[in-house]
Amino acid sequence: MDTLGKIIKGKYFDSVSLMRVSKRIAEQEGIEDSSIVMGTHENKAILQTANLWLPLFEGTGDNDLLVAIKGKKAAEVITNVDAFLEELRPKAQAGVSAPRPKSLSKALELMPEANLAIISIAGKYAPLEVEKALDNKLHVMLFSDNVSLDDEIRLKKIAQSKGLLLMGPDCGTAIINGTPLAFANVVNRGNIGMVAASGTGLQEVSTLISNMGGGISQAIGTGGRDVKKEVGGIMFIEGIRLLAQDPQTEVICLVSKPPHPEVMKKIAEEVKIAGKPCVAIFLGANPKEVESFGIKAATTLFGAAQMAVELTGKRVEGFEENIVEMAKEIKAKIKPEQKYIRALFSGGTFASETQLIWQEYLSDIYSNAPTGSSLKLENNLISQKHSVVDLGEDEFTVGRPHPMIDFSMRVKQIKEEANNPEVAIILLDIVLGFGSNMDPLSEVKEVIQNNNKKVCFVASVTGTEADPQMRSKVVAGLREVGVYVLASNAQASELAAIALG
Amino acid sequence: MSNLFEQKLKVVNIGLESFQDALAQTGVESLQMDWKPSLPVDLESQKTIQSHKEKIEIANEKAIHCIQNAKPVLIGMGKALDVLPNMKKNMFLHAGPPITWERMCGPMKGAMMGAMIYEGYAQDAKEAEQKLASGEIEFSPCHEHSAVGPMAGVISPSMPVFIVKNTDKGNLSFSTQNEGLGKVLRYGAYSEDVIVRLKWMEEILYPTLKAAIESLKEIDLKSIIAQALHMGDEVHNRNRAGTSLLYRIIAPAVIATCENKDHMVKVLNFINGNDHFFLNLSMAACKCTMDSAMNIEGSSIVTVMARNGTDFGIKLAGTGSQWFVGPADLPDALFFPGFTKADANPDIGDSAITETGALGGMAMASAFAIVQFVGGTAADALRYTNEMYEITAAENNVYQIPSLDFKGTPTGIDVRLVIEKNILPFINTGVAHKDPGVGQVGAGVLSAPALPFQKAFNELGKKLK
Repeated sequence: MDTLGKIIKGKYFDSVSLMRVSKRIAEQEGIEDSSIVMGTHENKAILQTANLWLPLFEGTGDNDLLVAIKGKKAAEVITNVDAFLEELRPKAQAGVSAPRPKSLSKALELMPEANLAIISIAGKYAPLEVEKALDNKLHVMLFSDNVSLDDEIRLKKIAQSKGLLLMGPDCGTAIINGTPLAFANVVNRGNIGMVAASGTGLQEVSTLISNMGGGISQAIGTGGRDVKKEVGGIMFIEGIRLLAQDPQTEVICLVSKPPHPEVMKKIAEEVKIAGKPCVAIFLGANPKEVESFGIKAATTLFGAAQMAVELTGKRVEGFEENIVEMAKEIKAKIKPEQKYIRALFSGGTFASETQLIWQEYLSDIYSNAPTGSSLKLENNLISQKHSVVDLGEDEFTVGRPHPMIDFSMRVKQIKEEANNPEVAIILLDIVLGFGSNMDPLSEVKEVIQNNNKKVCFVASVTGTEADPQMRSKVVAGLREVGVYVLASNAQASELAAIALG
Repeated sequence: MSNLFEQKLKVVNIGLESFQDALAQTGVESLQMDWKPSLPVDLESQKTIQSHKEKIEIANEKAIHCIQNAKPVLIGMGKALDVLPNMKKNMFLHAGPPITWERMCGPMKGAMMGAMIYEGYAQDAKEAEQKLASGEIEFSPCHEHSAVGPMAGVISPSMPVFIVKNTDKGNLSFSTQNEGLGKVLRYGAYSEDVIVRLKWMEEILYPTLKAAIESLKEIDLKSIIAQALHMGDEVHNRNRAGTSLLYRIIAPAVIATCENKDHMVKVLNFINGNDHFFLNLSMAACKCTMDSAMNIEGSSIVTVMARNGTDFGIKLAGTGSQWFVGPADLPDALFFPGFTKADANPDIGDSAITETGALGGMAMASAFAIVQFVGGTAADALRYTNEMYEITAAENNVYQIPSLDFKGTPTGIDVRLVIEKNILPFINTGVAHKDPGVGQVGAGVLSAPALPFQKAFNELGKKLK
């Protein structure tokens, strides 16, 4: 009968492990006897006694693994020894709670099927991590800001060449496969696909669509600079392309500040290729120009949501607010010397939208982020006449969390504005959803209650019933302290303007 | 486009943890990364190293092959002057990168003074100090003579050394005999009892061991280390198992070869009474192993980490004999009664060759008996070793960790990974008093300083260009 042998050099196994392998070998059919031992002096003696000694074992040493197998099937089984030894190697680190990975490579070892990276580290470090993520075929949502334009262009080109999404930099909101990412809301799933170069814009339109009975298939953020000439709309166009291919998406809804004319052309071409009904809100763009590209143009975020839902064949009902009646009520409350509205916003897109709406009713509009015919505040920290203040701008956020999370700056400003005899109305946006403050009522209710005799409060609440803060609860709480709460920022802005117009 | 819309979303979150909390609430599978910025390095070097990725990987494979295949065996003993390459009568070797007398730390000065008295070059500490300062003794790093020394690591010409051979490549390494703990030369003590012990080690211990080793022909150190890891040593701060295993091998040989019964008893009791006796041999084994990967062009594997109590120096396989140096840090230590951190000298000794060679801090998960140094729980020890896999190129083929299901120890520190992940090698160490003449005050742990790794990375980039 054949005894076959094998030497594995330079691998050390403890004897208990080897006994387990020995047992495995012995269990195989057609094996009469076997031994697998380190080549120590003692073990060699054992092999000899067991009649398993082979000439090829001569000259081996302590760190050599000696395998001897006797039996009809020895030749077959001996080829499996490496596999048996491999079975001894750890599959996972049993009994050890996995430490948090400190590198992407380790993270991908732990989660090999990962398909998206959300990156929110300091901007100067972000490009390197983005590149690593793209190299590893991950789609990327890049929340970080302060990423250079050059890096943005370079990385978006890499992403494009690999067929990956790079949402951002400075992308605060996206909804992918029904999952709200970063600052986003829990909305119905449906057949409206969005591409947005504006985070708050995406939140407002997606929640309104959901509240109107429509639903979102995908909502892709691109970061605000994507539609500038330099970036050329790389991801905006990629987004449209994806929605065009997506069978779930029947209507496309685009949200942005006006794209650069060259980018606008490319967007129009892509929309045409997509062949799906498309509505766009390019805040501040001439609607006629947009329509000339074959895209339905809305003038407000609310309008865009409504048009998108209607394009899916649904009727939007119950969203007409009796603005004229409410305006009369407000007018009756304010004194002649109360002449101005002060909008204190946490969402940058709302600041733009409100200015554009007011410009149809009012003059003397100032802002720290002026749009259209508005003037720049002389001092960003001091309101003038009708003012729209974006509290998300750098002068308010350095060393502080975003105003959607931290209301302290807004509360301070509300107090100041309410005590200004010239101020009639304070306009607020309350943005719900993940990422935002989980209990906004507790932040603003008291300051509103203490000041609602001096000024009128008008607000919009961006969110849904499914959001962790629950929209109806927040609305009811605000109404309890006399706030005029409207369905959208556009309507709230209009109300304030008409009341003073 | 890989069709993201048709896949189940699986997210790696790098940054704000609240984003992951939200994902958890919506039931999406996600993993939070513990992100740190990379260590800053020269942009040019970074680009070069990135563009030479393939070449570096091939070189590293070669280096790892040498390391894995090295087989260090103890083959004999000799006097430093007789066996160390380029040793001179007026030369004292020391731990760590090169250093002048002026910049030497207290314990190293103390050890040098002790060596002067031991060699008979000075009558007392004062004379020793004067002569050392005068420049009549040449100082040179152990590492430049294929040697390693723990703590101050002083090797003077008449000190006996072990001779270890890597039978794979044939290269040799050397280390002194371990003196034990407490007031000893390597911790900077030089009192009379220290010198008397050193003389005994030269006159009695050395010839006795030499004869025993020669009668055994060779002692396989790699096999002892592999077993010691299974027995609760990490083979740097804990050498109880390694020493015991060595004792089992050497004791019968001592008895067989030593004719003087008094010497025999004293020698065996000396080894038996010193849990760290094996340390110097594990260091020499690692030195021999890592030297086999020297001068592999393009390799980013670290071959030396060593400290002289003032500076911390490293070498790379791909940058030849060049040292990359930065200030040595203070260890985070547990102190003997009566001592505090204020007494501690910055990190010192060539013993970090054990970490370089896949032992010590790398193998912390093997040594649950000494987890007090790393936080007190077994989980802490596992965490340390697990983290080291992030910066190493391979898992050892012989050294294994039972608690990690016999996974090989983290082997071959890759300077690129250290820079990219900003994870520094974790080192176990003894702590010397900062003043000469006092000795050991504690033991502890620390992470290697970043600067030497940054410098090494930059130089590797330049060399590849």
